[in-house]
Amino acid sequence: MNWMAIGSAVLIIGMMVFIFPSMRHAVKNAPKGSMDDWMGFIIPLAVIVGFIILLINMV
Amino acid sequence: MNEHNISLGRAQESVLATNKVLKNTYMLLSMTLIFSGVMALVGMSTGLGQGASLVSSLVAIGLLWFVLPRTANSSAGIPVLFAITGLLGLGLAPMLNFYMAINPSVVSTALGGTGVIFLGLSGYALTTRKDFSFMGGFLMVGLMVVLVAALANIFLQMPVMQLVISGAIVMIMSGLILYQTSAIIHGGETNYIMAAASLFLSLLNMFQALLHLLGAFGGDD
Repeated sequence: MNWMAIGSAVLIIGMMVFIFPSMRHAVKNAPKGSMDDWMGFIIPLAVIVGFIILLINMV
Repeated sequence: MNEHNISLGRAQESVLATNKVLKNTYMLLSMTLIFSGVMALVGMSTGLGQGASLVSSLVAIGLLWFVLPRTANSSAGIPVLFAITGLLGLGLAPMLNFYMAINPSVVSTALGGTGVIFLGLSGYALTTRKDFSFMGGFLMVGLMVVLVAALANIFLQMPVMQLVISGAIVMIMSGLILYQTSAIIHGGETNYIMAAASLFLSLLNMFQALLHLLGAFGGDD
């Protein structure tokens, strides 16, 4: 285990500690999305997946 | 009639305020992206090492966590944001040098791909004007799962897991771009400095994840 790995681990743990309160707040207070709302997120995401596959084939 | 005029006036004021936040956010975001790119080029040309890159990123994260929230409501927030984005750009240099040495087209494709995804998602959120606030919990939990996986992979060193993490990061950052843009449109985010900082981080993470994916799957090597 080199010091770069330790530094990266410290950075990630710091991020987790920093994000945890926001995560707890968001989970408790975020409004519930309808099926239509989720489709409005899933469709563009599917397009992005297709686009990334296209990029991989281009490189 | 008078009440109707007052509420119409308030609605117009709200739309104007939202448009101002949006305009300032995109202006600041474009300037910080250019500055970050210049700093990355400086780091690449000077052959910045991995240790210096990690220190640069740690300092940037420290400024982001402890200084930016205290200065974001004043003009002092702008130089702090430039410092953060510049340091993060500098921290990218060793990774960019690595991919440039293997296959330079990976870097340009990842950069172009990130730009296209960002413009597409921003355009989608701005034209549909959908409220994506319902995704907050989902995105935060997703981010936490990715961080746990990334932490585990520092010790496990599994290349397949690294690729899965990169794929998940692209998806989560895409969701965050939609979420953040929607928050600006619907008045959930009224501070353009914080909005530009969060969009910048989403773009940076997406670019790095795309670099990993294209570097691993792309090319004939």
